[in-house]
Amino acid sequence: MVPLSYYLILSGVLFACGVTGFLIKRNIITIFMSIELMLNGVNLSFVAFAAQWHALSGQVFVFFVMVVAAAESAVGLAIIIAVYRTRETLNVDKVNLLRL
Amino acid sequence: MIHLTIFSIFAVICVAGAVNLLVQRHPINGALSLVVVMGSLAVEYLLLGAEFLAAVQVIVYAGAIMVLFIFVIMLLNAGVEEQTKGSRVAILLGIPGMLVGSLLLSWVLLEHSGTQAVAAGALPGSPRVIGWLLFHDFLLPFEVTSVLVLIAIMGAVVLAARPEAAQEKRKG
Repeated sequence: MVPLSYYLILSGVLFACGVTGFLIKRNIITIFMSIELMLNGVNLSFVAFAAQWHALSGQVFVFFVMVVAAAESAVGLAIIIAVYRTRETLNVDKVNLLRL
Repeated sequence: MIHLTIFSIFAVICVAGAVNLLVQRHPINGALSLVVVMGSLAVEYLLLGAEFLAAVQVIVYAGAIMVLFIFVIMLLNAGVEEQTKGSRVAILLGIPGMLVGSLLLSWVLLEHSGTQAVAAGALPGSPRVIGWLLFHDFLLPFEVTSVLVLIAIMGAVVLAARPEAAQEKRKG
């Protein structure tokens, strides 16, 4: 028997790692992987709450999150390829056309 | 007891993989540590009784999505990340922020949540039950998501196709 709060702490730590990676990384692919890490952390808390409240809809929701994450990563990686083709770099500091 | 032991082992592996993602400079190492995180999360799902989700996690996340990532890393020949002035400032602010945030969150959760234990397999999320729910209660969201995935596939093809190749096709 594992207390619910342990699962929530694990999911919170994963989410915090994802946010930190998003902030400190400069490679656009690694930033994208940090977003996936955040999504995984949230999924874990969904499943933990589903088990806690005996509501299977939580697990169905995680399924939908996974599908949307797959779609998001396909489009995002295509955008990364397009960015690399035009700017020849993966460093987000050098993709600053919109900066004032 | 054994439940708690398995949880702890895979929680440690999971957090170690996530921290490794932050430490590694090369994106391919980051991608492989993300696979470790996803694999150990699948075990946590199994502990919570979500069998179907554990399988989907391994097949879709650790399989399909990460293969896509690794393909793109190899296609673009991504090298070691460059350090810039901005990234040093971000490290100085980001790492303490993460530590403070995680500790605060853990403290609040440990102090203020009812620590009612979740039994192993208390809620069996077998493919049969999930499938019944998907095609009865969640039929409309399911169909809408399928349209979304279709649009995403077409968008990925349009975005990733070379402009010259598309023009040549149109001409001849």
